[in-house]
Amino acid sequence: MSETPVTDVASSSPQPGGPPSRARRAAIWLRSTHPVMLTALAFVASIVVGGILIVITDTPTRKAARYFFSAPGDTFSKAWHAVSQAYVTLFEGAIFDPHTAFKGTFWQALNPLSETLLNATPLILGGLAVGLAFRAGLFNIGAQGQLIFGAIFAGYVGFAWHLPVVVHVIVALIAGVVGGGLWGGLSGWLKARTGAHEVITTIMLNYVAVYLLGYLLTENGFKRSGSNQAISRIVDSNARLPKLFPEPLRVHTGLIIALLAAAGVAWLLNRSKLGFQLRAVGANQFAARTAGMDVGRNYVVSMVLSGALAGLAGCSQILGTNTAITQDIDAGIGFTAITVALLGRAQPWPTVLAGILYGAFQAGGVTMQSRTGTPIDLVNVLQSIIVLFIAAPALVGAIFRLRGTASTSGQQLAKGWNG
Amino acid sequence: MKLELRGITKRFGSLVANDRIDLVVEPGEIHALLGENGAGKSTLMNVLYGLYEPDEGEVVLDDVPVRFAGPGDAMAAGIGMVHQHFMLIPVFTVAENVMLGHEETKGGALGWLDRRAARRKVAEVSSRYGLAVPPDALVADLPVGVQQRAEIVKALTRDAKVLVLDEPTAVLTPSEIDDLMKVMRRLRDAGTSIVFISHKLKEVKAIADKVTVIRRGKVVGQPSPTASEEELASLMVGRQVALTLEKAPANPGDVILDVRDLRVVDDAGVVQVDGVSFQVRAGEIYAIAGVQGNGQTELTECLLGVEAASEGSVHIGGRDVSQASVRDRLRLGVGYVPEDRLHDGLVGGFTVAENLILDMYDRTPFAKGVGLDLRAIAGNAAERIDEFDVRTPSGGALASTLSGGNQQKVVLAREMSRPLKLLVVAQPTRGLDVGSMEFVHRRIVAERDNGTAVVVVSTELDEVLGLADRIAVMYRGRIIGELPAGASAQEVGLLMAGSTSQASAAAGARGSGSGDE
Repeated sequence: MSETPVTDVASSSPQPGGPPSRARRAAIWLRSTHPVMLTALAFVASIVVGGILIVITDTPTRKAARYFFSAPGDTFSKAWHAVSQAYVTLFEGAIFDPHTAFKGTFWQALNPLSETLLNATPLILGGLAVGLAFRAGLFNIGAQGQLIFGAIFAGYVGFAWHLPVVVHVIVALIAGVVGGGLWGGLSGWLKARTGAHEVITTIMLNYVAVYLLGYLLTENGFKRSGSNQAISRIVDSNARLPKLFPEPLRVHTGLIIALLAAAGVAWLLNRSKLGFQLRAVGANQFAARTAGMDVGRNYVVSMVLSGALAGLAGCSQILGTNTAITQDIDAGIGFTAITVALLGRAQPWPTVLAGILYGAFQAGGVTMQSRTGTPIDLVNVLQSIIVLFIAAPALVGAIFRLRGTASTSGQQLAKGWNG
Repeated sequence: MKLELRGITKRFGSLVANDRIDLVVEPGEIHALLGENGAGKSTLMNVLYGLYEPDEGEVVLDDVPVRFAGPGDAMAAGIGMVHQHFMLIPVFTVAENVMLGHEETKGGALGWLDRRAARRKVAEVSSRYGLAVPPDALVADLPVGVQQRAEIVKALTRDAKVLVLDEPTAVLTPSEIDDLMKVMRRLRDAGTSIVFISHKLKEVKAIADKVTVIRRGKVVGQPSPTASEEELASLMVGRQVALTLEKAPANPGDVILDVRDLRVVDDAGVVQVDGVSFQVRAGEIYAIAGVQGNGQTELTECLLGVEAASEGSVHIGGRDVSQASVRDRLRLGVGYVPEDRLHDGLVGGFTVAENLILDMYDRTPFAKGVGLDLRAIAGNAAERIDEFDVRTPSGGALASTLSGGNQQKVVLAREMSRPLKLLVVAQPTRGLDVGSMEFVHRRIVAERDNGTAVVVVSTELDEVLGLADRIAVMYRGRIIGELPAGASAQEVGLLMAGSTSQASAAAGARGSGSGDE
C-alpha cells in the first residue's frame, strides 16, 4: 500500500514569480487529497450528517416543525439545541466534563479520558490485528473469534489456576496470545494448505468461537457455580491487569500493552526481515514467490500474529475491563476493529489514533444517551459515516471540491484484495 | 476522411504529455506515429478517441472541427481504434462481438437479436478486405492474429474511415505481421486512413507512407519512411543509438544448465512443456525464440522452480535441482528476470530500494539478526541506481511510479548484483524503448562475458538474432530446432510458425553438434 501523499503539494501549482505564499500553500494543502486532510474532512462530514439525523429524530424539533411556517425560529432553535446538546455531552463523556470536574477529586475529573482510553485499548489491539493481516494481504474478518478464543484461554488460566502475583497475569496473557494465535493461525493454515479464502474461514470460525463459548458457559468448571447466568468463574486478582491510576479510573495496563504492541508491529513491519516478507507477499504475492519467499508459510505466520493481537484484545477484556467471561465478551470489538484498521490505513500509529477516536465515541456515547436521550446508535452512525467517507475518497473530494481524485491507501483497503 | 489534429496540448498536473502537436492524416494514407514509450503517443490517440479532452487545440475531420465527449462520439464520427489489448469477449463468437453495443434487433418491442444480420455483415466486410475472419468462431478459439482482424472488422462494420492501430504487431508472429501489413495496404487502397502506432523501426519503414516522430510530447520530425533505421532511432531517442549489438564471439565453458526431458502440465491438464532438453554452457547466450504462448513462460518458471515439472530434471552446475525450492535455486546463483516485471519481478507498492533487495533481504549485509539494516539497503540502492542508470527521483520512490524501462533496470540491477552461475531473462526488452533496449542488451552480454550461462527467452526475432550464441525455437511446448548464431531471420521465423519442412533442417543442425563455432 502507498504511504505517500497522493498529491505532491509542493509541485502541484507552480507560481510565476517566486514561491507561493504561506497562505496560498496552506490553501493548496487544504484542498489536496492528503490522507490526513481526507480523514479530517470525513470527520467533519460525518458530524454534519449526524447532526441532520439528530434533528430528524429529536421530538421537540419535530413538534416545532409542525408550525414551521408560523414560527420558523422555533424549529431552528430547537434543532440547534438538540444538536449542540448531543455533541456537547458526547465531548463531556469522552474528554472533559465541567459539570463534575470541579466537584470531586482530581482523579474524578480525568474519568472521561480514562473511559475513552479504556474503550480504546481493545480497539487498538484489534485494529492492529486486522491491519497487520491486511498488510500481509489477508482480510482477517475473524478478530471477533480470535478475541473470544484469547479471552477463553486467558480467562481459564485466570480463574482455574492459582499462581503467584505477577507470574499469574503474565501466564494468563501468554495463554490469551496463544489462544488467539491458534484460532487465527487455523485460517492461515487452511488458506496455505487448501486455498480456502480467509474471509470465509474467519467469518465461519467466528460463529464456531461464539457458540463454543456459549457451550463452555454451561459447563461446570468453567461456569460460575451457583449462578443461573451464563457467566464464568471470576478471574483471580493475581491474574488481573493492574489499574494505571487510583479509583475511580478504570483504565488499566492493557493500554500500555496496546501501545507496546503498536510499537512492536511498527518495528516488525518496517524494520524486520519477517515484516519485509509479510509486506512483500501482501503487496504482490507473485513477485514475492519469484523472489523465493514461501507465500503459504507467510499466510500462516501473519494470521498467527494477527490472531495473537486479537487474543491480546481478549486479554484486555477479561483480565482488565471485566473480571469474568460472559457471552458478549467481544462487545462488537472484533468488527469495530476492522473499521479502526481501515481508519488507521493499516498503519500502526494511525491505528492507535483511530482506536482512541472510537474509544472516545463509545465513552461519550454512553453519557450522551443518559443525559440527552440521543440514542447511542447515533455514535455507530457517526463511526460508520467516517469510514464510509474514507472508503470513498472521491465522495469527500466532491463535497469539498478537492483537487485530484487519485486513489489513496484507504480506498485500497476498502476495495480489498485483488482490487 | 482527412484527419487533422491542430495544436493538441494535454497536461497532467505539471506534466505536459502532448505539447502543441500537429498531425495531418490524408485519406488513404498509412501514417506511422513513432515514439518511445511515454513519448505521448497513447495520450494523443486517447484525445482523438474522446477519452481525454485536450487542454488546447482541436480535432478536425474533413475540415470540420469536432468535439468528442467519449469514444461513442468518436466511433460515430468514423474513428475506429484497435487497442493493444483486445476488447473482445472470449466466450462470444466473432459476430456477437461485432454486434456488441450496436445490436440490431427484430421483432419490435421483443428486441430479438438479429444474429443473422451480424453474421452477414462480418462475412461481407471480411471478404471485401480479405480479412478471413470466421463469423461463427468463438473468439477464444482463434489465434491472436485472427482476433486482431476481428477487432478490425468490428471497427470497419461501424464505418470507420480512420483506423488507429495501437502497437498492433506486439502480439503477432512474423508471418502474422506480414498478413496484417497486407490487410493494412488493402484498407489504405480502399481509402481508409490508418494511424499506425509503433516503436519498431523495421515495421514503420516497411508500411508507412508518412512518419511523424514524437519525443517527450512534441513532434520532433517527419522523416521520410526511406530514412535509415539509425536516423529514425536517433530522432526518436534524441541521441545517437547503436542498433546493432557489438559482441565478441562466445567463449563457452563448462555445462552449467542441463535440462533433460522436461515436461510441464498446467493446472488445467494442458501439456505446456513437452519433453524439452537442452544444455547451456558458461559464457554463452542461449536464446529461445518462439511466439508467445508456446511454453516458454512455463519453461522459464520451471527453471526457477515456481512451476513444478511433472517429468524430467533440471541440473544447475552439476547439481540436480529438480526438487529444490525457489530460494535454494536463487542461492545457487540463478538470476531470474521474469517476462512480466510488474506481475512477477517487482512489488509496485515497494520503494526502489526495497525492490533492489527483494530476494536478498534476509542475507548480509541487508539483514542484521532479525532486523533489516536500513542504511545498507539505502547504500545498495544508491549504488545500483548509479550503476544501472535508473532514472528515479530517489531510492525511496515507489517502483510503480517508474517507467517500464527503468523498472526493468531495477530488476536487472537486482538480479545482476550478486554472483551468478545462470541468468534466465524472459522478454528482456518487452515494452522498452530503443534507448533502454540498447542498455539492457549490453548488460546481458556483459554478464555472459563474465562467464555466466545465459538463457534469453524472447518473442522478438531481432533480439534473438542479435543476442544469441545459439538459437532454439519453441513451438507448442517443444524445441523444434536449434540453430547456430548466424542463422537468418527467415529460418528462425519459419520455425517460429512451426514449419515442419524447416524442422528437419533444424534437427540436422542439432544433430551436427552444439552449433557454436
